[in-house]
Amino acid sequence: MADETALWISGHLAEKIRAHGAETYPHECCGALLGRDSSEISGTDPEAEESTPGREILGLFPLVNRRDDSPRNRFSVTSEDVLAAEKNAREHGLEVVGWYHSHPDHPARPSEYDRDHAWPWYSYIIVSVQGGAPQEMTSWRLNDDRREFSPEGIEIRHRAAV
Amino acid sequence: MPVKVMIPTPLRPYAGKRASAEFQAKTVGEALGHLTSEFAELRKHLFTEEGKLRSFVNVYVNDEDIRYLAKENTPTKDGDTISIIPSIAGGSHSTRTTGRRTKA
Repeated sequence: MADETALWISGHLAEKIRAHGAETYPHECCGALLGRDSSEISGTDPEAEESTPGREILGLFPLVNRRDDSPRNRFSVTSEDVLAAEKNAREHGLEVVGWYHSHPDHPARPSEYDRDHAWPWYSYIIVSVQGGAPQEMTSWRLNDDRREFSPEGIEIRHRAAV
Repeated sequence: MPVKVMIPTPLRPYAGKRASAEFQAKTVGEALGHLTSEFAELRKHLFTEEGKLRSFVNVYVNDEDIRYLAKENTPTKDGDTISIIPSIAGGSHSTRTTGRRTKA
């Protein structure tokens, strides 16, 4: 996995993620990141890492947090939701490139639980929501060995989303 | 006779970028065994260290979730499609269960 990955997102979509986190506070929000990935990361071929990874978020697919038992510190997206998100992405000529969720009253850092349940390749955006107000937003990718996440820079692109 | 295994997008980098692979297999477990033999890096993302399917890895034979069939012993026949579908989970850590912190 390349270390210096970056995620491009419009200011409008970044605001929508923050707003979703505020809306569901004190519960966690969640949703799919729809976009395009032009990177050539193979995971096995070190030479491929020389290419510049390009990943852009061009839409969101907000979801309902299925964790009724502990929605303040957990979120869950079922396989049916994943398929629905993938279908929605295809209809817009995009693919699901990651997921976002909020950490109510916790920092925008992945938890051990996040890591244990993460998939590689996907971008995981976390927005911290403190007292109902969205704060820091970060993005992470699971390392190939599953032992930890690497931070992924978020680049706000100031143009309208597709 | 072959069964087709559909590989989800996040795992394709570990499977030669392929979206699917075909194997001769009489059960789901056999097909997944062939898959992880051919693409060894997939194993840790699909299975725990104890060799069990991870909880967020969902496997369907055609449209049937194998949890409601015979799990990995679910028989397969020629032309069946095995789909690996992610489910997604996470959340802020609870105060009682933190282990080693991930890199900030």
